[in-house]
Amino acid sequence: MLSRLVFVSGNALKSSGSFGAGLVQASRSLQTSSQSLAPVPPLPEKGGKTRHGIIPEELFQLLYPKTGVTGPYMLGTGLLVYLLSKEIYVINHETFVAASIGAVFIYGIKKFGPQVAAFADKLNEEKVAKAQEVKDLAVSNLTQAIEDEKKEQWRAEGRSMLFDAKRNNVAMLLETNYRERLHMVTNEVKRRLDYQMPSRTCTVAWSRSTWSTGSRRASSAASHLSRRRPVLPSASQT
Amino acid sequence: MADRPVPIVEKRLMDVKLGELGTWIGGRDFTPNGIIASIRRGHDRYYNKYINVKKGGIGGVAMLLAGYIAISYLWEYDHIKHDRWRKYH
Repeated sequence: MLSRLVFVSGNALKSSGSFGAGLVQASRSLQTSSQSLAPVPPLPEKGGKTRHGIIPEELFQLLYPKTGVTGPYMLGTGLLVYLLSKEIYVINHETFVAASIGAVFIYGIKKFGPQVAAFADKLNEEKVAKAQEVKDLAVSNLTQAIEDEKKEQWRAEGRSMLFDAKRNNVAMLLETNYRERLHMVTNEVKRRLDYQMPSRTCTVAWSRSTWSTGSRRASSAASHLSRRRPVLPSASQT
Repeated sequence: MADRPVPIVEKRLMDVKLGELGTWIGGRDFTPNGIIASIRRGHDRYYNKYINVKKGGIGGVAMLLAGYIAISYLWEYDHIKHDRWRKYH
């Protein structure tokens, strides 16, 4: 539980670039020489197990086949008795200090351990949630960008249809213009021919109604060329 | 567990047989760089096993404190010797 706080503050240490940070980063660079460690594997859930807080479980596993469950405890008792009897561990005033401090320590851990652990877990979860939020936001932004890009591509495909429509428009304008001019030409030609027809018939009628001599014919042809008010053919039908 | 033969010097200590112990110690790297590298490896193993986990227990820190207590008792032993209760053991 204390190591959870160490971990929480260890992250702060890592970012501040102390000696431990250098070691961790060096170890990361040593481990990740091959390309197979990306993404970084998640942290293990629980640490190595320890019995009574200070003796690693591996010792018990090591001695279990030969001495069973009580083996390590017998070993511990024997060691303790040996140290006391040979006075390699001397009992003096410091022993009582150590005993009282140890008692307070163990009492504090037993009583407040779970609460501190829950607090540290909450801090960790908040950090993870924040990072997850950032990641989710980034992912949603990127998917939105992908959607927009696809839409733009679809729009770009439609441009050819737009150009076809514009081409059709221009062709229609040209056609309309051409037909307009064709109508104008037809109308003008018809107008001129419509003028020529009655004027020819009236000069023919007028020339019939006069004495027909060559010179008169010639002068009538000349006078026909000059402007004379034409007489309607119905008036000269006699 | 018979994979390809590894040179003795590169085996981990627990895999070295008793007879090969001399060769193993003779082949280890005792240059300052080698010592620092071995300290770094040891630190990394301890750190990644007991401290760099999601739900660590008291063991990670407690073992370090216990080791510190033991080493400081050892360094002070010459001074503590004089508090002994009996002269002959």
